[in-house]
Amino acid sequence: MTQITRDDVLHLAQLSSLELNDSEIDGLQVDIGNILGYVQQLNKLDTTGVEPTYQITGLENVWRDDTIIDYGISREQLLQLAPESDDSQVKVPKVL
Amino acid sequence: MTISDIQDQIKASSARAVVEKVIAKAREKADYHALLNLTEERALQRADDVDAGKITGKLAGVPFVVKDNFLAFGAPTTAASKMLEHFDAPLQATAVEKLEAEGAICIGKSNLDAFAHGGSTENSAFGPTKNAFDTERVSGGSSGGSAVVTALDIVPFALGSDTGGSIRQPASFNGVVGVKPTYGMISRYGVVAMASSTDVIGSFTTNVADAELVSSIMAGCDVRDMTTLPDFFQVQTEVKPGQKIGLIADFMTDGVDADVRAKVNQYVDGLKAKGHIIESVNLPMAEYALAIYYILVPAELSSNLARYDGIRYGHRAEAVKTLAELYGRTRDEGFVTENKRRIMIGSYVLSSGFFDAYYLQAQKARTLLINQFNELFKKYDLLIGPVAPTTAFKIGENTADPIKMYLGDIMTVPTSLAGLPAISVPAGKSDVSGLPVGVQLMGPMRSDANLLALARSMETI
Repeated sequence: MTQITRDDVLHLAQLSSLELNDSEIDGLQVDIGNILGYVQQLNKLDTTGVEPTYQITGLENVWRDDTIIDYGISREQLLQLAPESDDSQVKVPKVL
Repeated sequence: MTISDIQDQIKASSARAVVEKVIAKAREKADYHALLNLTEERALQRADDVDAGKITGKLAGVPFVVKDNFLAFGAPTTAASKMLEHFDAPLQATAVEKLEAEGAICIGKSNLDAFAHGGSTENSAFGPTKNAFDTERVSGGSSGGSAVVTALDIVPFALGSDTGGSIRQPASFNGVVGVKPTYGMISRYGVVAMASSTDVIGSFTTNVADAELVSSIMAGCDVRDMTTLPDFFQVQTEVKPGQKIGLIADFMTDGVDADVRAKVNQYVDGLKAKGHIIESVNLPMAEYALAIYYILVPAELSSNLARYDGIRYGHRAEAVKTLAELYGRTRDEGFVTENKRRIMIGSYVLSSGFFDAYYLQAQKARTLLINQFNELFKKYDLLIGPVAPTTAFKIGENTADPIKMYLGDIMTVPTSLAGLPAISVPAGKSDVSGLPVGVQLMGPMRSDANLLALARSMETI
């Protein structure tokens, strides 16, 4: 069984940009440990010399003309989707 | 209710009368919580356009429902999440556009597990959908709402998405036909992405002919989804006699309820009676499929869900001071626990130091699984087995233990990992509970039409 500590959970949350509630951390610690324990059964498989699967359709080098597709969507429509915008730009809190 | 039943009603009255009736029925059945939003205004407008002859096509006036992870006009596309609760898409999914081009009318958006993460719709941020046959039981998932609106005869067809069984399992739980096509057969453009290497979209219908019709409209290459294959789907009028069919022995063990196996065996007897050849086959890698799936899918979805950051669209947390806090709080508030669980597993298996042991090993194991399928398809035209180990379970029964919930996908994920077509067709009702049981037909890549033709030949009306 994979030991997942509370610190591991907090680290994974940080990697995933999730600010977790305290109430969720304990449950996630147990569940993530159990799930990682379950998937570790793959270690039993001998995969020496086996190529990983990267795609399944066999399609290669799918080309299209380098032309702009008109999606019929205006700048205003997209800005309306943003939670906050100002002077035709998306507004965010300060970064630094 | 079939598409042709509805077309008869439209002829006898009008598209508007039919759409009004369908919407009234959807409201009457609101207790099932199968629909999150109706697209009434737009639907009635389109119905009037059909009646005025402005909209024509193979499905003129025929109402349908989309799973609420399809971008479609007329109501928000929520993905059953707080993150997208108020997200009005500026464009529509290619599949929706193609159906609309044939005159079909979307009347609403159906419930799902948030971001399609789950197998029961219990992970919906807005509450579960109830099973069409027993309201104390789950609809299945993640496309539970679409299965239930079809089973309740609200609409003749509905769309779903299937990453590891999300069309097939709810189809089985509600006694309707569910189609997961070959990977790449139908464009996924405009559908909320989960795991890009296994995501497909498909249909729920009450009979096979309707699935064939809807599939033939949606199939084909789309420059906006570069994984789509050139259109190969051609409805096959008849199935060739003497199909060689492998019954997957690994799916017929004690791990699958006896009442489910009994119905599968009964279906197999029916196939034999029609002169098809059935042999028991082994798929030893099936044992590992779920472990492969629960490494690769979280890895892919952790990347796909990184886009929900509260900046350009969707939910944004309030009263935050820094950008990092905005991301963290937005994602905490916008995702349900199962979303977070999967994103974090994905982050773990992709972390440096763990990548080779988890992700790379899983992709190699996936090759071994695909090789076993390929070997079987040298000898057999298709494979058969159950869809899920049980019939619909009680609401709340499996929510405490994610692994128990995941085990419900054990017979649907192998074909997803290999990109193969697989359909769930009704095999009757359990002799124990009276609940619907589905049987799964699985074939090589691009054999969709053959699976459907065989299933159609087995229908008893």
